Amino acid sequence: MPGLEDLYREIILDHYRNPRNRGEIESPPATIVEGHNPLCGDEITLHLLIADGVVSDVKTAGQGCSISQSSASMMTQAVIGRPVNEARAIIHRFKHMMSIEDHVHDEHLESPPLGDLEALQGVVKFPVRIKCAVLAWNTLAQALDESGV
Amino acid sequence: MINLETIRKDFPFLERSIDGRRVIYLDSANTSQKPNQVIDAMSAFMRDAYAPINRSAYRMAAAATDAYEGARAKIATFVNAPSADEVVFSRNATEALNLFAQGWSRARLSPGDAVVLTHMEHHANVVPWQMMAAERGIELRWIPLTDDGHLDLTDLDRLLDGAKVLSFTAMSNVLGTLNPVRLLCDAAHQAGAIAMVDACQSVPHSVTDVVAMGADLCAFSAHKMLGPSGIGALWGRSEILEALPPLLGGGNMIDDVRLDRFTCAPVPAKFEAGTPAIVEAIGFGAAIDYLSSIGMAEIRRHEMDLTRYALDSLTERFGSDITIHGPANVEERGGVISFAFRDLHPHDVSQVLDEKNVCVRAGHHCAKPLMRQMGANATVRASMYLYNDRSDVDALCEGLAGANDIFGF
Ligand SMILES: Cc1ncc(COP(=O)(O)O)c(C=O)c1O
Repeated sequence: MPGLEDLYREIILDHYRNPRNRGEIESPPATIVEGHNPLCGDEITLHLLIADGVVSDVKTAGQGCSISQSSASMMTQAVIGRPVNEARAIIHRFKHMMSIEDHVHDEHLESPPLGDLEALQGVVKFPVRIKCAVLAWNTLAQALDESGV
Repeated sequence: MINLETIRKDFPFLERSIDGRRVIYLDSANTSQKPNQVIDAMSAFMRDAYAPINRSAYRMAAAATDAYEGARAKIATFVNAPSADEVVFSRNATEALNLFAQGWSRARLSPGDAVVLTHMEHHANVVPWQMMAAERGIELRWIPLTDDGHLDLTDLDRLLDGAKVLSFTAMSNVLGTLNPVRLLCDAAHQAGAIAMVDACQSVPHSVTDVVAMGADLCAFSAHKMLGPSGIGALWGRSEILEALPPLLGGGNMIDDVRLDRFTCAPVPAKFEAGTPAIVEAIGFGAAIDYLSSIGMAEIRRHEMDLTRYALDSLTERFGSDITIHGPANVEERGGVISFAFRDLHPHDVSQVLDEKNVCVRAGHHCAKPLMRQMGANATVRASMYLYNDRSDVDALCEGLAGANDIFGF
């Protein structure tokens, strides 16, 4: 069995203890989407603000385990300030890292590096936890769809 | 007295080890492990005696039918049902609850009729009624909880006033609370309502007497009581089963079929359309033999003792770092212990425990309305059975202490 140190990396625990970009953004103009993990009851409410084709702000609220919370926190850092198409590319790239999606390479776009998010790579060795790691990302994808960009 | 040494040897799963350490199974409220007696009865039946039931005239088929009906008779005796014909095999407790909720609502309830449930129900006793509320315009009423995890019966009479059905769990699968079954059934009858008991968590762990309970119907699953998955039972008083329509149509459940109509077979065959879980019924019967050979009163005594030990150990060791839900008195609860550990998420707690081969459940336990009442979206739940002992509880405590290292307390 892979060791717990593969899962609970220091960066992950840091984001868990001090989550970035927690809170709410008024709607409108923000798009608000709720995500659930029916397996464990984790919930996330994601607030997304788009301006001029750029993800200008993201905030998250809700309860969850260290993996879902830290993933949400790192995600907000990774996408804020990015053009929407880049944000979508990061989502694909992350889900690819979680072995959920084949990485669809967009020839017109060099997908930005994952940075801190690479720390979540160890989650793949704990298949039950993959759902925790991708909850925020699926919610973001839905929010992007709903905001019509 | 329960002889744990011999009991544990009967369960091959408990002899297993992973990474050189034994497995500590504390998830029996979810599903139980199986003794060799059940495993062997099922494989012997498949190897030597497998044949269709109720359909063919040859001796092997007759013997298989007898074995299947023999299992039904064992279940009837086990819960003190007046007749084996009052025991219907279902796929699990969920199907048994649906069988009654859907059948009764469609045949007997009208828009505006009230069904009373409680805030501590498993989704299996919530969603079928919500489906019927949407389909039939039934009103759902809810018995609330007290702060210490009991049903709050203050307004029981008002809630039951004019109600047609009261359906409730005998024991909470989250809080461990044992509900006053007799009192609730009597109150339902006084109000003219039918009393359905979800006995999924109580039948595996204590003496069950459906007559003494005063219930009209009672549902439970074999897999939580040492039997196989894929089979459960609905006991019902014969007048009610007579009046209840079948949920599924097909072979075995008919008396006659013509192009323009059919008539139903008598109870219980009426509710057992299609080829049933024959092998699983044999396993269910063997599980009942095993439990009976030890004695349900003995099992309850053992679990009370172990629950007391667990509650004491956890509170002594972790003090205010642990919050244990449900009643503190072991007379009022079963061996199901849900808790919060510091501010750690249950998923993380169970992950740390898993590394020590301690198997617990983390999540909402299919009781989201109850979780919302408790203000949690998940708990860790350790649940015990006849094969657990104090060393399992000690391993749980050790595992929890390990969480401190990882999360840096
Ligand atoms: C109280 C209660 N009711 C119903 C069920 C459903 O049982 P099954 O999944 O076997 O149908 C459970 C199982 O977790 C339970 O604990």
